[in-house]
Amino acid sequence: MTAKPRTLSFGQAINEALRIAMETDPDVIVLGEDVAGGGARTGDDVDEMGGVLGTTRGLVKAFPDRVLDTPISEMGLIGTAVGAAATGLRPVAELMFIDFLGTCLDPLLNQAAKLRYMFGGKARVPLTVRTVTGAGMQAAAQHSQSLYWMTAGIPGLKTVIPATPHDAKGLLLASIRDDNPVIFCEPKSLLFTPGEVPEGDYEVPIGKARLAREGSDVSLIGMGATVRMCEQAAQELAAQGISAEVLDLRSLAPLDEEAILATLEKTGRVVVVDEATPRCGIASDVAALCVDRGFDFLNAPVKRVTAPHAPVPFSKVLEQAYMPSPERIVAAVRELR
Amino acid sequence: MNLSRDQLLDAYRRMRMIRAFEVKLTELVTAGKMGGFMHLYAGEEAVAVGVCQHLADTDFVASTHRGHGHCIAKGVDVAGMMAELFGRATGCCKGKGGSMHIADMDKGMLGANGIVGAGIPLTTGAALTAKLKRTGGVAVAFFGDGASNQGAFHESLNMAANWKLPAVYVVENNGWGEFTPTEFVIPVKDIATRAGSYAMASAIADGMDFFDVYEKAGEAIARARAGLGPTLLECKTYRFFGHFVGDPLAYRSKQEAERWIQTRDPLDRFERRVVEAGLVEAGDLRQIDKQVDDEIAEAVAAAEAAPLPDPADVARDVYVGEAA
Repeated sequence: MTAKPRTLSFGQAINEALRIAMETDPDVIVLGEDVAGGGARTGDDVDEMGGVLGTTRGLVKAFPDRVLDTPISEMGLIGTAVGAAATGLRPVAELMFIDFLGTCLDPLLNQAAKLRYMFGGKARVPLTVRTVTGAGMQAAAQHSQSLYWMTAGIPGLKTVIPATPHDAKGLLLASIRDDNPVIFCEPKSLLFTPGEVPEGDYEVPIGKARLAREGSDVSLIGMGATVRMCEQAAQELAAQGISAEVLDLRSLAPLDEEAILATLEKTGRVVVVDEATPRCGIASDVAALCVDRGFDFLNAPVKRVTAPHAPVPFSKVLEQAYMPSPERIVAAVRELR
Repeated sequence: MNLSRDQLLDAYRRMRMIRAFEVKLTELVTAGKMGGFMHLYAGEEAVAVGVCQHLADTDFVASTHRGHGHCIAKGVDVAGMMAELFGRATGCCKGKGGSMHIADMDKGMLGANGIVGAGIPLTTGAALTAKLKRTGGVAVAFFGDGASNQGAFHESLNMAANWKLPAVYVVENNGWGEFTPTEFVIPVKDIATRAGSYAMASAIADGMDFFDVYEKAGEAIARARAGLGPTLLECKTYRFFGHFVGDPLAYRSKQEAERWIQTRDPLDRFERRVVEAGLVEAGDLRQIDKQVDDEIAEAVAAAEAAPLPDPADVARDVYVGEAA
């Protein structure tokens, strides 16, 4: 008899990956705003917060010297993490929300991403930046963006976005152990989503997409929170007699071009679903790839389902109108003939 | 003064090398043999050398767009630097960095930097590594007066003081931020006083005097190595050339520049002091001058003869493993 599959939330899976990474490598440190969050204090009526969403809870007690609360000082903390990574540590820095990228872009854009190249291959920057992305919690315009297209567009950085607790754990372990700077996106609408997570140490390779569902009529390509939307749309389409395949990109840079072309070749139709705004983004990139390298496989135009070219709104009804949805995906598929 | 004759000669050799290297660069740029943006350090030699004489290869320094001096002071190979500035495959960065990104991690040189203030958090990170890994090392940031107005400076100093990191922040106050006088943009007379906001130790050195820099940097570095936390060391100095090679210098009075160059040249002052004290003969210094000139001539000849990078390598060294 096999053991009952174990279920963890997305956030718990991340916590477990951090714990394993720190247990297996003494150079791994965790730093960020409130990553301990009171954990250094003791008393009957106080406990640590473990980050604003509780993701790093318990780590400071296990690794008191390697979990560092920083000031609310993103330029300082991300820049320090880059310097530490270049000189022998393997930091996991937390940028609480990817919207805060504006305060600390230089250490990522001009330092972490470029040191190796500028130094003729003599540097390595094994840095992971964990950051929460996306809409769905009524966090409004400055705490809900999906800015991974910015980091994915910077040579020298890698950018990943898991869609399941299983991949959150394995991709985070792979990111931490990668010798390059990796932006690890945590879609906030998934953080409390449960899923099966194996015990122990495993990695999900960076750069490999995951075939989430097999189908033959159309390919739905998603990332992060939109993968679940694609799966729900595929169920609805199945009821209408359309067989949809779902590809979870998992890694935005590098992009698994072969997996994208393979599903296009199989179905001849592609709908890309991205929570981000439409211009200069991942959806456009995938569409361009399909036209550039997969033109002969295409039986219909490539459709993009994205957020509008607008900031993320607060009101729930507006936020829902803003985000892609299974209904919009189904509608996009119905437009393809 | 606790410097041996050999140490004095080494310090002079490095300062002379910085000066001669850069004078040669002005010739090469004027002759159209070198391209790119180039910012010269000449005039500030006593700062880089006075600080780096206390450092080993295992200690890190981060530099600025005005980085040649820090590289030479930290021991980066001069022939590799020259080849880099010629854009050759044999350059210390394989021709991918150039003047503003010249670096050598093996020498603890975290790079010149094209972004004002960006080396300061890198230094804070290197100091965090030294502290957590207990390497006994220190990390030193060199940066200008202008960088002390950047958020990166203030955020770094706050964190480093809070964590008592083994770091030294050396502000080279040369009186000019590009073309704007420092006093136009900084309300405090001494940048060192900014350390007070972070309960950090500070000191002011005459950046045109090797011995004053050496002494005060020594104290700061000893404090860092002893686990007593970081220091902000302000060195009052002057850049002999303009902001960049080709700067018409319309904004700066000739009299001001002449006054500094004629009366406070760090090489002249060093020579007067050691020769008058009978520590070194003037002849020893002339011999070093000759050796330095020969070494630079060889570096130029080697660089000019060296192969150019292969265009096929344009996207190499972006990633470790190059998977992306």
